[in-house]
Amino acid sequence: MAEITLQKRPGEAAAVRTRRRIKALARGWGAPLALVLLLAFNVLFTPNFLTWQTFFVNLTQVATIVIVATGMTLVIATGGIDLSVGSLMAIAGALAPLILSGALTGPLDPGLAVALAFVLPVLAAGLFGLFNGVLVTRFAIQPIVATLVLFIAGRGIAQVMTNGNLQTFSNPSFQWIGLGRILGLPVQAVLMVAIVALAAWILRRTVFGRHVLATGGNEPAARLAGVPVTGVKLAVYAISGLLSGLAGLVVIAINSSSDANLIGLGMELDAIAAVAVGGTLLTGGRASVVGTLLGALIIQLLRYTLLANGVPDAAALVVKAAAILLAVWIQRQGEGR
Amino acid sequence: MVDAAPLLAMRGIDKSFSGVPALTAAELTVGRAEVHALIGQNGAGKSTIIKILTGAHRPDAGSIQFDGSAIAPASPAEAQRLGISTIYQEINLVRYRSVAENVFLGREPRRLGLIHWSRMNADAAALLRQFDIDVDVTLPLGRCSIAVQQMVAIARAVSTDAKLVVMDEPTSSLDDREVEVLFGVIRRLKARGVSVIFVSHRLDELYAVCDRVTVMRDGRTVAQSRMGELGKLDLVMAMLGRRLTESEARGIHGTERAGGAPLLEVEGLRRGHRVRDAGLSVRRGEVVGLAGLLGSGRTEVARMLFGADAPEGGLIRHKGAPARFRAPGEAIRARIGFSSEDRKAEGIIPDMSVRENMTLALLPHLARAGVVDTARQQRIADEFVRRLGIKCASPEQRIRELSGGNQQKVLLARWLCTDPELLILDEPTRGIDVGAKAEILSLVEELADGGLGVLMISSELEELVQGADRVVVLRDGRSVAELEGDALTEDAVMHAMADGGEPAPGRAPAAAAGSGTGSGGVSGGGAEARGG
Repeated sequence: MAEITLQKRPGEAAAVRTRRRIKALARGWGAPLALVLLLAFNVLFTPNFLTWQTFFVNLTQVATIVIVATGMTLVIATGGIDLSVGSLMAIAGALAPLILSGALTGPLDPGLAVALAFVLPVLAAGLFGLFNGVLVTRFAIQPIVATLVLFIAGRGIAQVMTNGNLQTFSNPSFQWIGLGRILGLPVQAVLMVAIVALAAWILRRTVFGRHVLATGGNEPAARLAGVPVTGVKLAVYAISGLLSGLAGLVVIAINSSSDANLIGLGMELDAIAAVAVGGTLLTGGRASVVGTLLGALIIQLLRYTLLANGVPDAAALVVKAAAILLAVWIQRQGEGR
Repeated sequence: MVDAAPLLAMRGIDKSFSGVPALTAAELTVGRAEVHALIGQNGAGKSTIIKILTGAHRPDAGSIQFDGSAIAPASPAEAQRLGISTIYQEINLVRYRSVAENVFLGREPRRLGLIHWSRMNADAAALLRQFDIDVDVTLPLGRCSIAVQQMVAIARAVSTDAKLVVMDEPTSSLDDREVEVLFGVIRRLKARGVSVIFVSHRLDELYAVCDRVTVMRDGRTVAQSRMGELGKLDLVMAMLGRRLTESEARGIHGTERAGGAPLLEVEGLRRGHRVRDAGLSVRRGEVVGLAGLLGSGRTEVARMLFGADAPEGGLIRHKGAPARFRAPGEAIRARIGFSSEDRKAEGIIPDMSVRENMTLALLPHLARAGVVDTARQQRIADEFVRRLGIKCASPEQRIRELSGGNQQKVLLARWLCTDPELLILDEPTRGIDVGAKAEILSLVEELADGGLGVLMISSELEELVQGADRVVVLRDGRSVAELEGDALTEDAVMHAMADGGEPAPGRAPAAAAGSGTGSGGVSGGGAEARGG
C-alpha cells in the first residue's frame, strides 16, 4: 500500500488532497449549505413562501423536534441513544391536564395549578429519564435496549393515567407555551432557540460538556482521567427526559387536547434523524447542538417543500430517509482513513 | 517417540503485515503425544504463528508438515478438518445451549432427521467422564465454571479427532484447583496420543506439564529444547534476549535521592487469580520500578492503586493513613496520576484536541462554577507543549493525528499539569521511537529529582535498572523480590522474574528479599535495610 502511494505522481497526490479537502468541507458545511439551497428553492418556486405565516408554521412544527433532539444530542454524544423520548412526551402530556383539571390533586388555586402543570410533568419525565440512566449505568444494559423499556412502557403508563381517554382542556395561561408570542415570535420557537444556545454553550464551555464528549470519545480513558462517567451518563439521560417532558407540554398546549396515544409518536426517530443530519457522530465523542438545529430545520423544510409543492406525505417520508442517508454518507467522508 | 517423525513441523515461516515483518524464518516443531510450550514476550510472534497454523492467516513463505503431509490451511475450519483444534482464551461456544449440545454442535447424532437427544447426552457424559469431568450435560454451558467450559471445548476438540490441540493461555482465568484439573486433562490427551501446544506466561506451569519448549522473540524462533534441559533463568533470558555476560549494566544513580517520606505503601494486595500477594512502597523523589513477566499482575496492581479496580484484600496506605480509592477521581484528588499501558484504548480521546486531552484530568480545577477557563487552559497547554517538546501543528490539532511518542507526551502532560505527588506509569515507552523514549525517561528522572514519586512498570529491564532507584519484582501476582543499590542488576531482576528472588550465583544477596513462591510479600519500604 505504502509503495503504491509513493509511486503516485505529485499531481495526483495534490488531486487527492483537494478531494479530501472538499469532503472535509462537505462535512463541516454540508448542513448549512443544504439549508440555504432548500430556502433558495422555496423562495423561487413555492408560492407564498416568504410570508410570516409560513415562517411561523414551520417554526412551530420544528420546535418540539429541536427541543427533544437537543437532549438526544447530549445522549448520543456519550455514545448512547434514547428511544423513550416520545413516550416520555406522552407521560408529561397526559399528566398536565390531570393537574389542570384538579383530577389528580383535588381543586387547586388556578395560578398554582398552572405552575404545577408546568413543573410536575417535566420533573416526572426527568425522573423517568434518570431511570433510563440507571439501567444504562448501574445495570450496564445497552442504551438501545434500556430505553426500549420506557419506549414501550411509557406510553402505556400515559394511557393508564388517562384511562386511554382524550382529554380536552382550555387554559390560556398554560397554553401560552404553545400558542403565545414573545416579541411576536411563537413562544416555543423562543424556547427552542434558548435551549439550543444553552446546550451548545454547555457542551463547549463547561466541565460537564467536555466530560460528555470525553465519555463518548473513549470511555475507559475518560474514567482513568477522573471523569465521573456514571454521573455524566445519568445526567444526559435525565436531561433528555426533562426536555422530552417540556416538548410534551408544548404539543398538548397547541392542540388544546391530550391524547396519550398520539403525543410524541415517532418523535424518537425524528430526533435521531435531526441529530444524524446535523453531523453529530452516532458513535459518540463528537457532537454539535447547532448542527442538530440545522438538521431538524432541513428535515422540516424538506417536508414542507414537498407538501407545498403537492407531493404526498408518504412520498415525503422517502425523501426524508434519503436525506438522512445522504447526511450519514457525508459524515463518513473526510474521516480520512 | 523421540525418533519418530514429528507430528508438526513448521519451517522458515515468514509473515509480514503491511510491510512490517511479524515472523522471520520462524520454526515450530511438535512431536507426537507431546505437550509443547510456546512462549515469548508481547509481539514476539506467538499468536501470529498460531494463527498461521490454524488457518486464520496465510504465511508469506515457509512450509508446514502435519502428520506426514504438507498442508496450507486456508481457514480455521480446514485446519480443524485436518485435526488441528484451538481452544481460545475467550471460549467460543454457545453459552445458552447445554453442555452436550456444545460438545456435538454441528454434528449432532440424529434419528429420523431429528436430534437423538438421549444418545447425545449419554455420549457427551461418557466423553467428559474420560477426562474425569462429572457435570450434568443438560445444563446450559454458561452456568458452568470457566474451567468446565474449557474442558467442554477440549472434549469437543478431542471428539472431532483432533491430533493437535492448541491452547492459548488456557490458565489465565483459572484458579489453582482448576489448573490441576486442566493439567489432568492434558496428561490424558497425551496418553491418547494427542499433542498439545500450550501458550502460557506462568513458568511453573510450563515445567509442570510440558515436554518441550519453543521460545520466540522478535518474530524468530530463538530456542527449541526439552523442557528439563532449559532452566527458568535460561528461559527468561531467551525471551528477553539477554545473556548474563552482557547484562552487567548497572543503575546510574545510587540511593542518594531516595529517602523522602513514604507516599504509598502496599501490603498483601489481592484480586482474583492475577494478584495474590503484592507489596511495594514508593517514597517522595523516588523512582520505583515494577518488573515481572507478562501476566505477573503488574498492570492489575497499578489499576488497584489508582482506584480503577477494587482490591479483594490487602492494605494500601497513602501518606501513612489507610486509603481505599473507589474511583480514579478519588486517587486524582489525592494527587496520584496513572498513565495506562494501552495508549489507544485507555489513554487518548482520539477526536479531542491536544489541549483538551492534556487538561482532561485538570478540568475540574480549571473551572469556575463549572465553566472552563479557556484562557488558562490555553496557557497550560502552550506551556506543556513547549516544556515537553510536543510536536504538533497547534494545541488545537486532534491528538489522533500525532505520532505515538507525542501522544505519550501529551498523556504525561495530562498528569504533570495536575501537579501530582505520585505518578504511576504503565509501560510509558511502549511503541514509541527511540528518541522519544529517551526524552520520556530523562523527564521521569528530572521529575523525581524535583520530589515526585514515580512507580514505573516496564518490560524492558534496561529501562528499569537504569531508571529506577529500586525495583520490585512480581511473579504470578506476588512480590517476590525488591532490589536496590548494588543488588539492582538486570541479572538479579531476571533471576527474580524466573524463580522468585534467589540471588544470582556468586552474588551478594544484598537487598534481595522474599525468596520462594510462598508468602514472599515485600512491604514497608521505610523499614527495609538499605543496600549499597
